[in-house]
Amino acid sequence: MKCIIVDDEAAARAITRQLCKKIEELVIEEEFDNAIDAIKYLNSETVDLIFLDIHMPTFSGFDFIQTLKNPPQIILTTSDKNFALDAFEYDCVVDYLVKPITPERFAKAVERMKDRTAPAKTEEPVLTSSDDTASIGNDLYVNIDRRLVKINIPDICVIEAKGDYIKIKAEDKNYIVHSTLKKIEEKLPNSLFLKVHRSYIINTTKIVDIEDNSVLIKQDVIPVSRANKKELMQRLNLL
Amino acid sequence: MQLDTPNLSYIQMLSDGDEEFETSMIAILKRELPVEKEAFVQSIQNKNYKNSAELVHKIKHKISILGLEKSYEFAVSFEEALKNDDSSGYDTFMRILQNMEDFLTKI
Repeated sequence: MKCIIVDDEAAARAITRQLCKKIEELVIEEEFDNAIDAIKYLNSETVDLIFLDIHMPTFSGFDFIQTLKNPPQIILTTSDKNFALDAFEYDCVVDYLVKPITPERFAKAVERMKDRTAPAKTEEPVLTSSDDTASIGNDLYVNIDRRLVKINIPDICVIEAKGDYIKIKAEDKNYIVHSTLKKIEEKLPNSLFLKVHRSYIINTTKIVDIEDNSVLIKQDVIPVSRANKKELMQRLNLL
Repeated sequence: MQLDTPNLSYIQMLSDGDEEFETSMIAILKRELPVEKEAFVQSIQNKNYKNSAELVHKIKHKISILGLEKSYEFAVSFEEALKNDDSSGYDTFMRILQNMEDFLTKI
């Protein structure tokens, strides 16, 4: 797995490099102390994963992501917890590591990255966050910035696990909520929703088509794990 | 504020016996900390508190690398204070930097 490190701090780059050494699959191709040089590199090279510092002078990690047309998977590294919600607005962001990074937390982030690219795995996720969701009838209330925001449950298309957060993709809007797939799953009707992968719950009525181990919902290709495919197929009205 | 004692526990945990990594990390800290401290002092003297907050942000990672939990908490709040043009934590932060420099000189 080809990786690059983008961080203005030499100590942080050395730590990330050392953490990568402990994981055989990770090969550090290059390191950059600024985002501009990394962009130039990516104009001619492709990588599988970027370890990206958010807080860099002149050109931040978020600025960097926005310049990439087809971003690879990105693991953000930061000394600041306050960017977590912004981070998960980007589909390419796999995880968000707060410095000082421990080897255990680093390994977990790499596992998350591998799960995204290998959808056949079926282990249950480690779930640790508090519940910020509640449902009444057809409505689901989610806690966003201390406000309870109402979402019409049938409008929900996909729910994706994003570290300690979930991303709810509804018909008109996306929501980032501090909760877990397990907790939101309990609030949703089984007749509509199915967990098809350790990181995804889908609204089965929103499926456009199914191909091998993935389903298309709106514009999103959602992986389906082997263990969950059988139940998915049983729910469908097959000709 | 009573200062906590710097240590190499985090670096040693990461190194897992890799002496080259330990030496390289300590060399980076010894090289960068005085430069960042100088830039911070200059920035405070120029009353450029936004830039001072940026420098505290950068330095606070080094504080955590040296296992200074209390000092790290102080740095987090000092960074926020500087963003609001409040530099009243300057003396304490300078003591933290001196504490780190003294430790790095001895090892």
